[in-house]
Amino acid sequence: MSAATLPSSAASARPRWWQNRTIRRFARHKLAVIGLVMIVIMIFACVVGPHLLPYDELYIDLRARFAPPLTGSHIFGTDPLGRDIAARLFNAGRISLLVGFFAMVLSTLIGTVIGVVAGYYGGRVGAVLMRFVDAFLSFPSIFLLLALAAFVKPSPFMITVIIAVTSWMEIARLVEAEVRSLRERDFVLAARMLGLPNGWIMFRELLPNAVGPIIVAATLTVARAILLEAYISFLGYGIQPPLPSWGNMLNGAQQYLDKAPWLAIVPGVAITLAVTSFNFIGDGLRDALDARSDLN
Amino acid sequence: MLSYLLNRLWQSLILLVLVSTIGFAVLNLAPGGPLSQFALTPGMTREALDRIAEQMGLNRPLPIQYLDWAWRLLQGDWGTSYRDQRPVLEIISGHLFATLLLMGSSTLISILVGTWIGIKGATKRYSLFDYTATIGAMVALSIPTFWFGLVAIYVFALKLKWLPAGSMYTIGDQSFSDYAIHLIMPSLVLALVNIAVWSRYMRTATLDVINQDFVRTARAKGLAPRRVLMKHVVGNALLPMITLAGLQLPTILGGALVTETVFTWPGMGRLFLDSLGYHDYPVVMGLLMFSAILVLAGSLIADLLVALVDPRIRLG
Repeated sequence: MSAATLPSSAASARPRWWQNRTIRRFARHKLAVIGLVMIVIMIFACVVGPHLLPYDELYIDLRARFAPPLTGSHIFGTDPLGRDIAARLFNAGRISLLVGFFAMVLSTLIGTVIGVVAGYYGGRVGAVLMRFVDAFLSFPSIFLLLALAAFVKPSPFMITVIIAVTSWMEIARLVEAEVRSLRERDFVLAARMLGLPNGWIMFRELLPNAVGPIIVAATLTVARAILLEAYISFLGYGIQPPLPSWGNMLNGAQQYLDKAPWLAIVPGVAITLAVTSFNFIGDGLRDALDARSDLN
Repeated sequence: MLSYLLNRLWQSLILLVLVSTIGFAVLNLAPGGPLSQFALTPGMTREALDRIAEQMGLNRPLPIQYLDWAWRLLQGDWGTSYRDQRPVLEIISGHLFATLLLMGSSTLISILVGTWIGIKGATKRYSLFDYTATIGAMVALSIPTFWFGLVAIYVFALKLKWLPAGSMYTIGDQSFSDYAIHLIMPSLVLALVNIAVWSRYMRTATLDVINQDFVRTARAKGLAPRRVLMKHVVGNALLPMITLAGLQLPTILGGALVTETVFTWPGMGRLFLDSLGYHDYPVVMGLLMFSAILVLAGSLIADLLVALVDPRIRLG
């Protein structure tokens, strides 16, 4: 598949990582690179930021309530309790990004296993599993997510789990289609005749062929998970205060919209930036990993 | 055609059974369960709680409860709300109009605007317009709907004072124009994401059609370019969009929930959140089922429409 990367002469050195075609192609996608840089900056800010600020995210200063941005050392202003928004934003970013990341890992895991099993065995097993995929897709995901969130203890861990439980279906579909299209190929037949166990054939022979699309879908899932966390936390069923998340920072913002619009603007911009960046990265990866565009 | 229709209906029914099982399991296996609501009443004793469980049939095994619930559902008895003892179906239908009005107007906007952007992007490929539309769609897909709603309220209701900040009508007015004015902001906010999705798909669909032989033939015949575009290209490019409209339904419904919250719109989304807050299980379950039925019916209708409109598809 990647025969083009073979060195043309024996004298040429082994290609360095930046000469890798996928990476070169990704680097040509300007928006994806900008997205990647944005995410790196955001992660850096969320890791380092809280240590550089004079306030922590829970420090309440009732004399400095509703301070607009750039008041003294409150660069993003303060909230109705006089807590520093910058400190809350960076700490919230840690939670929101971690929830997004781990929800992606978990949902990719669920989706991949179900997709591989359904695609490999096909028949009745496959049909039943894929009907489950369809059933989960028939709920608007926010309805299901809220129904789940309302009845579990809303710790970051549980929020991550329920987001994953409601967003694995696309990856399952994608993997199922890929595996189903490959399972009659000769290399699978060969593996069977060698007596390799089914598990090995599924995960070591078939699955690697779907890695490209899975990576793309997983990147887009991070974006989706961050959005979903923001939705349910905004509605009050996600991450619970005093623990800040980008979603729950917006939770009380509507009632102070006239008095303190920065309460809504600052976290909203952070969410939009993070989600846009992941979406752009996913788009760039799609171009870079798409085997079909090799022909062009 | 008939056998396809029956087959498709049969599949939807199976899905509906699965969907109801999942919904029922989610709500009943959750810690607390339906009884937790009654346990909060002051002076509640263990014995009284057991009696309530007995009366409501909540002490039976779950599969039995499910079958009982499903059987009643089929007979049109969706249960009674814990909150105000009204039938669930009646409560839902009371909120249906508001949600359908919001979803309908927003879908209309997104189809019109999205189609236009998609066609223009495809015909002027790699132009400034095309790039802007592409990037704009990506950003629009990334903005949280509720936050976009908040920003819109801040700008158009609080600062410019052009539009009302929420609710569906002014008490005591309720004229057509009053509804319309209240509808503008929420339906535009809800439309944003769908405009993005729609324009992306429409662009791809138009590009697929534009390079086909019959388009070249039409041009070669000397038809006016505009006529070729409108009749030959757009007509065919719109076909896959029917399927897309069916697939987009869950997203629009979910978006409506969030939009309704921000704009205090009295629809199903608000009802869902309120019912969750009260642990009003029958209503929550009813809404989950209702939305699933809506989604399944939507995709069924979309598939049938495509079959009807597209002569190339023969369903047997």
